[in-house]
Amino acid sequence: MADLTTEFLGIKSPNPFWLASAPPTDKEYNVRRAFEAGWGGVVWKTLGAEGPPVVNVNGPRYGAIWGADRRLLGLNNIELITDRPLDVNLEEMTRVKKDYPDRALIASIMVPCEEAAWKAILPRVAETGCDGIELNFGCPHGMAERGMGSAVGQVPEYIQMVTEWCKQYYDKPVIVKLTPNITDIRHPARAAKAGNADAVSLINTINSITSVNLDAMSPEPMIGGKGTHGGYCGPAVKPIAMNMVAEIARDPQTAGLPISAIGGVTTWRDAAEFIALGAGNVQVCTAAMTYGFKVVEEMISGLSDWMDQKGYSSIEDFRGMAVPNVTDWQYLDLNYVTKAKISQDDCIKCGRCFAACEDTSHQAIAMSADRTFTVKDDECVACNLCVNVCPVEGCITMEEVAAGAVDERTGKVVSGEYGNWTQHPNNPAATAAE
Amino acid sequence: MAASHQVSGVRSERLSAQEIAENFADLHAPFDAHEAAVAADRCYFCFDAPCMTACPTSIDIPQFIREIQGAHAESAAKTILEQNILGGMCARVCPTETLCEEVCVREVAEGKPVEIGRLQRYATDMLMERDVHPFTRAAATGKRVAVVGAGPAGLAAAHRLAMHGHEVTVYEAKAKAGGLNEFGIAAYKSTNDFAAREVEWLLQIGGITIEYGRGLGIGLTLEGLQSDFDAVFLSVGLQGVNALRADGEDKDGVRDAVDFIAELRQAEDLTALPVGRNVVVIGGGMTAVDAAVQSKLLGAENVTIAYRRGRDAMGASRFEQDLAASKGVKLMFNVMPKAIHGNGSAVEIELEYTDVVDGRVTGTGETVRLAADQVMKAIGQTLEGQPETLELEGRKIKVSETGRTSVSGVWAGGDCASGGDDLTVTAVAEGRDAAEDIHASLMG
Repeated sequence: MADLTTEFLGIKSPNPFWLASAPPTDKEYNVRRAFEAGWGGVVWKTLGAEGPPVVNVNGPRYGAIWGADRRLLGLNNIELITDRPLDVNLEEMTRVKKDYPDRALIASIMVPCEEAAWKAILPRVAETGCDGIELNFGCPHGMAERGMGSAVGQVPEYIQMVTEWCKQYYDKPVIVKLTPNITDIRHPARAAKAGNADAVSLINTINSITSVNLDAMSPEPMIGGKGTHGGYCGPAVKPIAMNMVAEIARDPQTAGLPISAIGGVTTWRDAAEFIALGAGNVQVCTAAMTYGFKVVEEMISGLSDWMDQKGYSSIEDFRGMAVPNVTDWQYLDLNYVTKAKISQDDCIKCGRCFAACEDTSHQAIAMSADRTFTVKDDECVACNLCVNVCPVEGCITMEEVAAGAVDERTGKVVSGEYGNWTQHPNNPAATAAE
Repeated sequence: MAASHQVSGVRSERLSAQEIAENFADLHAPFDAHEAAVAADRCYFCFDAPCMTACPTSIDIPQFIREIQGAHAESAAKTILEQNILGGMCARVCPTETLCEEVCVREVAEGKPVEIGRLQRYATDMLMERDVHPFTRAAATGKRVAVVGAGPAGLAAAHRLAMHGHEVTVYEAKAKAGGLNEFGIAAYKSTNDFAAREVEWLLQIGGITIEYGRGLGIGLTLEGLQSDFDAVFLSVGLQGVNALRADGEDKDGVRDAVDFIAELRQAEDLTALPVGRNVVVIGGGMTAVDAAVQSKLLGAENVTIAYRRGRDAMGASRFEQDLAASKGVKLMFNVMPKAIHGNGSAVEIELEYTDVVDGRVTGTGETVRLAADQVMKAIGQTLEGQPETLELEGRKIKVSETGRTSVSGVWAGGDCASGGDDLTVTAVAEGRDAAEDIHASLMG
């Protein structure tokens, strides 16, 4: 059986599945249950500065979108950082870490963007014995209005400055949690690295309005007839998170910077994909909030089984393997030619490929009177839309046209040689291939 | 004292009122909103959908299911009712397993179709529960049309004609409208007096008058109607019942299945409805199944359907056959009635085994006797009392694609007319299409 043990920033945990800083990690009771359920680590719900804690709304905090059978696809929240006193959280963290020395325990912190505030809290956090800290520069709601959370994460200079303070006043690993509510994720990541962060974690939640109550004409969740944007998470955000993780992993300026990936991890496969894109571990929240802590069992067994099948004995064996294959559009091989092919044995004759291609694409699928659907190779541009709308997995495949064969659409022989846009004659800036 | 189902003879009160109520509850419980959303989500919104082609009324099924997905079931209902004004009843009684659901791509792919019938019921029920009638009449045309027979074809024609602004008089020989929806369908498919409620709802369009106790030969002649109205639509159904042609057919305990079903549908108290201990139903269509299953549900101990051909030739769908079997009805194939024995009342039926050679049924000579204190005949109905001026095709009134008979100004549809299966949904389509043709010809 594959070894799922991870050592992220020197912090050991029995598996790469950590619970993200969020409601599930707000107190000792929950965290003990999480560790008993098998979670490898926990990032404790974000701590604020000493003094009267923040308050939360007393109306609904969450909004959601669902599939037809109420499968939760995306969740949004307007909850703030912990609303419990700092002392209580620190005492609980100390007890929990003592009882679970083999699990990772990270303190998430959000205090005002002043050196004194960080200098004050860091020694107290260190006393708990936790394994590291995560700087919450990501929360997009509530705290951002007070100059914290994503208000910091959106200004690379602030990220670097605060990270430097933390590295100065705290001697264990510092993870910088990034907000996705920016235009280019590489800039805050570079700033974190410049500030000597040990790692980045991403993504935090995305600004969102999940739905509008059409009777009250208010966003949901609705508090007394009003709503505000909340942070969006869950399965729906995973593609956005993966791109951001990959961008950081392949950016020459941040390549090699450890990444704790967050965003819609629901099954083992999601975790494997993030790790393949360079993440050292993953953090989970929505899946646990939807199904309870037991979901980690499938993540562990699934990842382990898959690694066994592939012959990977540890996470490091495949970590980052997909990163070299993430490239820019301009480097994609324009001489790679495929055509859609419909398996008549598998086709159930719904005609969705036809409707999609005929109405919205390239008129490359023919429909006969008896509802046989076939691809017209002389029209097919290999866009893959038919594959994506087909309800039968594997029924439509993209078949490579071999080198030497003629692409019936262009009438040209497939060269079989790599050729990209930078070399293409239509590109005014093309450089001739040597 | 023997248990009530073991008492021989045709008698009532075999089961308690509670057992009867349970037995005759809705065959398919209606969907709630969540179930409907989940069922609707399975629809692939096929291009040029096979289900729609298979529907005799050409309901835009993908469209109405998409409207359910979008949580506006009343729009879905309107999509259904525009094509089929009796969409509520058809959702209950259509043999969807041989129509839309049979060709659903998910039936083909995984043996589990989108539950189109139940979704149709969900949508139409939502609208009817609000007592909304979504159609309005066009300006009055001053034209008057007579409809003879208030069954599905007649009601569909009347509604469409009224919608186009014509004045419609419907003549119904019975005391109630609805035709076989009211008198001929198994009770568990039309619970809570649905057939009557649907007629009431349909009449909200306005411009339709129903005169009961009148029909051809009952105070009316075709010639009289032709001179009093601008057009005539005949939807008189099939009044005659085929004879068994077996010895002893006249014994007590032998009756027509359609009469039994009609009596059952109109009974105030089903515990008071008499049924045999050993019931044998002769026939292989939906009427045979409806009679057999309901006999069982009333408390008959042994119920057998005896059909003279093999299973594949049976008119009742496989779903109906399985329904009968699940209720404890025994299906016998390749047997035909030879004689009914008993001293005055039926006690036994003698069946002869058959061979089907080149499509013809012949007896093998081998016989079997079954206990039978009640024998129901469900071997088909025939056209009776039709005006002699009308040309026939086979044993039905000959009509064109749009329901025109051989007599100018007279249209016909439903079971009395040639073409199409004898299904509620087919009758609705024929009534609707004839109405459109009448409208075109009156306004042309």
